[in-house]
Amino acid sequence: MSEQTVSPAAAAPAPRRAGLLPGLFGRSTLLRHLILAVLAGVLLFLLTQQLDPFRNFQLATVAAYLCATAGLTLLVGMNGQLSLGHGALMAVGAYTVALAQNALAERGITGNQVLPLSLALGVLVTMVAGAVIGLAAARLRGPYLAGVTLAVAVAVPAATVTFDETFNSEQGLSVAVEPPPLSLGLYFPNERWQAWVALTGALLTMLLLANLVRSRVGRNLRAVRDDEVAARLAGIHVGRTQVLAFVVSAASAGLGGGLMALLAQSVSPGAFSLTLSLFLLMAVVIGGLGSLSGAVWGALLLVALPDLTHDSAQWVSLSPAVAQRLEGNLPLAVFGLTLIVVMIAAPGGVQGLLRRIGARVRRRAPAR
Amino acid sequence: MDRFVFLTFDGLSKGAVLAAFALALVLIWRAARIVNFAQGAMAVAAAYAGYSVTTATGSYWLGFGAALVGGLLIGMVVERAVMRFVDHSSPLSEVIVALGLVLVMQAVLGMVYGNEFLPAGTPFSRNALSVGEVPLLSRYDLFVFGAVLLVLLGLALLFTRTSVGLRMRASAFAPEVSRLLGVNVGGMLTLGWALASAVGALAAMLVIPTELGLHPHAMDLVFVSAFTAAVVGGLDSPPGAVVGGLTVGLILSYVSGYLGSDVTPMAVLVLLLAVLLVRPGGLFSSTVARQA
Repeated sequence: MSEQTVSPAAAAPAPRRAGLLPGLFGRSTLLRHLILAVLAGVLLFLLTQQLDPFRNFQLATVAAYLCATAGLTLLVGMNGQLSLGHGALMAVGAYTVALAQNALAERGITGNQVLPLSLALGVLVTMVAGAVIGLAAARLRGPYLAGVTLAVAVAVPAATVTFDETFNSEQGLSVAVEPPPLSLGLYFPNERWQAWVALTGALLTMLLLANLVRSRVGRNLRAVRDDEVAARLAGIHVGRTQVLAFVVSAASAGLGGGLMALLAQSVSPGAFSLTLSLFLLMAVVIGGLGSLSGAVWGALLLVALPDLTHDSAQWVSLSPAVAQRLEGNLPLAVFGLTLIVVMIAAPGGVQGLLRRIGARVRRRAPAR
Repeated sequence: MDRFVFLTFDGLSKGAVLAAFALALVLIWRAARIVNFAQGAMAVAAAYAGYSVTTATGSYWLGFGAALVGGLLIGMVVERAVMRFVDHSSPLSEVIVALGLVLVMQAVLGMVYGNEFLPAGTPFSRNALSVGEVPLLSRYDLFVFGAVLLVLLGLALLFTRTSVGLRMRASAFAPEVSRLLGVNVGGMLTLGWALASAVGALAAMLVIPTELGLHPHAMDLVFVSAFTAAVVGGLDSPPGAVVGGLTVGLILSYVSGYLGSDVTPMAVLVLLLAVLLVRPGGLFSSTVARQA
């Protein structure tokens, strides 16, 4: 009995968004995110030391996807604009980085400044592309917007064929990438260097987006998503907010595409097909549209699921012809099916499920 | 001049198919307020069913019929098994679920039939018949026009002259009142999806032999073009879809004839953007009330 009289005080609602260590992280959002980013960076740095080259490359791919999925989460989840064209925006970033890298290499410019320069250029060009699409998108709703971005996803790969002098049509371009800096040692594994570059980009993106989401701009984005009329009455410029969301999202996708180009050391239209756009959307939906953490799950899924289905297909011994047909298609089917099931049964995605489990655990904790 | 005439007729024939496909989109939009992004994949699946029957029996017409029946069934299953359970409060979820369907269907088709182009036969010659010295239309083009016209007339009769059509319109217009009056609203929705899917299957059967052949992604670009056609017509109006389809078909035919076929996807994008920015409701829309 006495326990019951005590427990309400003990179970008094903790301060909202207290996080794990409220004393350490303080009230400043920026500080909290910075500390988290540094922690994540140190952990990932240690992780890259332990992993073998193949896993490091996969980690780098996850990081590159994460840039794109985080941007897409901001757009779809926080702002309610659907884009089926983020694969195409990644292509814009990738081709820009490829052209910039090659142009710099041709002119004999080398050194540490080359990589950030071409990546920044890739982000910039993609931002411009995003602004153009965003201006149109801000006037469109629901299925219309989906249709336009779908057309973008189909048109951009075709553009590489039309302007084949620059983009070399279906074969694509190879990207001149310098080996890791000599200061790291002569035999430094290239994959670990790639992982570092990609993870830096991803952490930076996540840091910036996390701060943006918690800022006034982020609140405006969500206000526009929830009710445009109410947002307008509250003095928010709806169109401007939507274009801004599209530009930020495109910039992230451009960075992701640029990193992809550096990882693969080549770009081709086949790598940025409509399927990639659908994959990205699927990843953020399954990961959970509500928060940026969902984007992490989505990016992990994009790399892990093809791997898993590949491995599981090898467990069952199949004839080569059947195996070849299953090879590319099985992950697609699994993806699509998961997408439908998640959308109907668990709209919060992985992150939503985790949050629900976490809430249940926390509710039980004081009762013990 | 010969080239222009040839491209015009070619464009009209392409446009007739786009009109049929756009009509399928409009049918579902009117019945359920959903733009069916899975339409292309559903139509390709039906076309594959037709291909299987044709290779098994050797008869084009049996395959053609099988594709249409397959289309009906696929539409029914998709509505009953998937779309019925989607949360309709946000248009995002419907589009996303439809895209999930696209992934699943294309993957399954790829697994069963392989990811290479399969040859698709035609019942009539595709060599153009000449009037005087000018090559105008092939027998196949005439078949396309006839088939599309028949479907248009059939649908018009169904919706304006029969009691089923009246019930379908009523349940789309006022579901609750219709239910009170004894209309099976859910059944009408399923019927709408089945009809639209069959029309889509017909369009796929007509267009695939004129392109590279049967492939899980064969209808991707056709879908985007047909969506553009439906938007040009205003998504809500069946006559608009027909006019939109013919317009888009003509424009794309001129673009690919004079500028090269790889420009077509970009032309679709530009056209779609232009229409949506200038007249977002389509050319046949009436004025809508301002939201705020």
